[in-house]
Amino acid sequence: MPFRPFPTRGTLRRPQWRPADLVVVAGVFALLYGLLRFGQAARAPIDPGVMRRTIDTDPALLPGYAARSAARMFVALGFSVAFTLVYAPLAARSRRAEKVLIPALDILQSVPVLGFLAITVNGFLALFPGSMLGLEAASIFAIFTSQVWNLTFSFYHSLLTQPRALDEAARMMRLNRWQRFWKLDVPGAMIPLVWNGMMSFGGGWFFLVASEAITVNNRSFALGGIGSYVASAGARGQLGRVGLAILTMVVMVIGINVVLWRPLVAWAERFRMEESEPADQPRSVVLDLLRRSHVPRLVARGWRPVGEGIGRVMRVLGTAHRPLSPAPARRRVGDVVFGVLVAAGALGGAWEAVRYVAGTAGLGAFAHAAGLGAVTFGRVLVVLVVSTLVWVPVGVRIGLSPRLARYAQPVVQVLASFPANFLFPLVAAVLVATRVSLDWGGIVLMALGAQWYILFNAIAGAIAIPSDLREAMASLGVSGWLRWRRLILPAIFPAYVTGGITASGGAWNASIVAEVVTYGGTVLTATGLGAYITKATAAGDFGETLAGIIVMCAYVVVLNRLVWRRLYRLAEQRFSL
Amino acid sequence: MTGTAPAGVAAGAAPGPILAAERLSKRFAAPDGGAIPVLEEVSFGLWPGEIVALLGKSGSGKSTLLRLLAGLIPPSSGRALYLGRPLEGPAEGVAMVFQTFALLPWLTVLGNVELGLEARGVPPAARRERALRVIDLIGLDGFEQAYPKELSGGMRQRVGFARALVVEPDALLMDEPFSALDVLTAENLRGELLDLWARDDFPTRAMLIVTHNIEEAVLLADRVLVLSSNPGRIRAELPVDLARPRRRGTPRFEALVDEIYGIMTGRDVRPTPVTGPQVTERASPTEQPLPPATVGGMAGLLEILVARGGREDLPDLARDLNLEVDDLLPLVDGAVLLGLATVDDADLSVTPVGREFVTVDILTAKELFARQAVERAPLVRAVANALAASIDGRLHERFFLDVLRRGFSEEEARHQLEIAIDWGRYGELFDYDANTGELSREPVTDTDTNEGGA
Repeated sequence: MPFRPFPTRGTLRRPQWRPADLVVVAGVFALLYGLLRFGQAARAPIDPGVMRRTIDTDPALLPGYAARSAARMFVALGFSVAFTLVYAPLAARSRRAEKVLIPALDILQSVPVLGFLAITVNGFLALFPGSMLGLEAASIFAIFTSQVWNLTFSFYHSLLTQPRALDEAARMMRLNRWQRFWKLDVPGAMIPLVWNGMMSFGGGWFFLVASEAITVNNRSFALGGIGSYVASAGARGQLGRVGLAILTMVVMVIGINVVLWRPLVAWAERFRMEESEPADQPRSVVLDLLRRSHVPRLVARGWRPVGEGIGRVMRVLGTAHRPLSPAPARRRVGDVVFGVLVAAGALGGAWEAVRYVAGTAGLGAFAHAAGLGAVTFGRVLVVLVVSTLVWVPVGVRIGLSPRLARYAQPVVQVLASFPANFLFPLVAAVLVATRVSLDWGGIVLMALGAQWYILFNAIAGAIAIPSDLREAMASLGVSGWLRWRRLILPAIFPAYVTGGITASGGAWNASIVAEVVTYGGTVLTATGLGAYITKATAAGDFGETLAGIIVMCAYVVVLNRLVWRRLYRLAEQRFSL
Repeated sequence: MTGTAPAGVAAGAAPGPILAAERLSKRFAAPDGGAIPVLEEVSFGLWPGEIVALLGKSGSGKSTLLRLLAGLIPPSSGRALYLGRPLEGPAEGVAMVFQTFALLPWLTVLGNVELGLEARGVPPAARRERALRVIDLIGLDGFEQAYPKELSGGMRQRVGFARALVVEPDALLMDEPFSALDVLTAENLRGELLDLWARDDFPTRAMLIVTHNIEEAVLLADRVLVLSSNPGRIRAELPVDLARPRRRGTPRFEALVDEIYGIMTGRDVRPTPVTGPQVTERASPTEQPLPPATVGGMAGLLEILVARGGREDLPDLARDLNLEVDDLLPLVDGAVLLGLATVDDADLSVTPVGREFVTVDILTAKELFARQAVERAPLVRAVANALAASIDGRLHERFFLDVLRRGFSEEEARHQLEIAIDWGRYGELFDYDANTGELSREPVTDTDTNEGGA
């Protein structure tokens, strides 16, 4: 199994911001506001017979709960893949759509998923009144919004960096859109798609756990699932049952890895474009078994006529080449009309959103939230600094030793996939017993999930250091701190920045669930923006919720632009090996 | 689905050229809003029954011309015609072979060859049969189920040819199809292509090959078009009326190769006086671009030249050094620009200054190089002068790039500056700090790196 950075190369690359992108930012806020109002307007009556606040924590029910949780994860993954396959080509191929879709996705990625959940739950409840489907949909949506960004950006990046000769060959052969998509676009992006899919799926467990049991507008809901099992057991102080759930979770993460992801990663190797084979060819026992069986041949034989049929129908999509000479005048008029429409909708909606906050929570809510945001930002910073100091040396040690890396790979991957919020009840129990404030304990909770991205990418970066460079340094007698400064740190810098961006985003997201924790009837609360959003959501103060989300979004986006993107560009230009 | 007739049959009656360029021009947008001409007013026709070679140095727009005729990019002005009709995209009767093969690595040989037929809606059984026939023809028997990765370069390019020929195109366009192959494999494949071409049942009626290999052009083509650089125009058209099979080393073959070398080494821009350092009329950096030549490369070329008596026939030199025109000509251009060598027809001679350059010690050589570069390389001179005139002897690269962008694309402007920096650094005229993007008169001293060694 190889060790690649996550997200894969280029996935985090973003175009420079132009002033016009502010319109897109406004549009995203307008969209959030629209969702919120939709959910509010359609307030569905709750049937207490159908919806529960907690679930039964009988251990015998655990396998069933786990299966239902896994099903949610896979449905969300399916939606993420479908979204990616439609959205990324639109953004990559349409000049106009690109100007809106890419900045919009960039902002949406910065919206705290769990804060967003509060807004969407109401809407989904209204869509499916009187049944659990609304809650199911909201939970799946939360997982979807945590998984989809890296998939979409990585596909978009693959499409933009398609080798020119392959693009030209496809056009010379006059492949139609459908053929081109399945013969060139998707296969060419397969390796990063599978890798990002695997890692994003792992990250999705966190949001599954967080979304199965939530409190919105003074009403608590719990879906049957392994996440709500932990929440319910934690709330009742049943530590033993929390432990059982943790065990189940570990088994499930490993099982899905062995049965699904490892075979997929190994299979995706056939889509490698580069000549050189990686030294560490990914292998999978399950895939080898499958390949030796009759299954692939049977599937291929069954699929061929179906594929031919679909291909024939899809010829209606037309050829993939764009007309060589569009009329420039019409294009410009189209641009203006398109721009004006988008801008009017976005700015109008954003204005409405601000008026709404002003009318409910008051504009002071923005300032209040910004102050709390500074506190949460402090926690994020501590998480990043401490994780870096601890895990970079460990990761490098592992990455430079092939033997260690082989053993560490599955372990680290399970750790990165394991939903940190499973451990929240345990940490909360310790905090309650030791009377440590959640203001400090929250940092630990946030770090539980975020730190692994730094470790993972430090290992990936260290593995990629060419052995001739290491040998050259050794022969020159470069060692110790000098070796770190001149070889190791610069070499792992790109992977580290990638991990840092991901860890930072994860920490912000985690703050929403880490700054308010319940254990055995005790509610621990920290001062911070995450707690602010959680409390506003629980109490049904939608003005405050909206203000909180917008402020957190602003923090994340501004930090990304001011710090992370610059480091990322620097990493790509000066430190890529 | 009615079986698509081979394009060759449908179009067989057309009397005119298969592909034609009608005053084709291509300009690429410059970053400052202007346009950089790549091709200017190129007209020619590709007629049934002929092989045409497009020759030019890198930067002559020969690949651009090929892509215009393929319908892959739109012209800025003029028209690209297929059977008399303007192209609206890749034409059905035109296929292309790529320098990098451009095979889909996840499809087998058979899958790659079938793909073009699939795009034309040929039903599976007919597809398989036609693909196997071409695979057979092109010598790929037994490799049907292999993936491109498992094949050598030569076998891969065979797949490239099979994929192009399976759709029975009227015209076959080739973009340096043999330049990624080793010499022997290229020779072998060229021969087989000509064998196919000579067959009566070969459906393709015309071939256009882009190359920078002069001998290859003379071996293959009925007509050679030589493109000039910056912007590309047709500088010369030479019919090749040698009988086939052609052999290297015959006097007529050699004469033709020499003639083309002479044409290609002639100056594109205004002629720079060769003797004496007094250049009265000075070209600007945009009028006289620097050739992409490294100092080491030029020095190596001059040393070999001196060792061979100071004068050598360019085709012989290229052959002996196993260099292609694209590798050799920039070095020749650089040496000539700097007054270290001269070209007369296809003969390269070292000048007295050039002889001195390779015989003196390194420090004197650097001084000599600096003098020649400041005198004769416009961009080097411009940078040196600007730095001398600046207050603290430092200027940001942006300053020079902005000026260069008036005549070059973003990429080419940067490339030009990189060459100037390489030459300037060697001559110790100025230095460049990649971290800050600053050029300076004094060498950059990086205290950080020194401290590390202590």
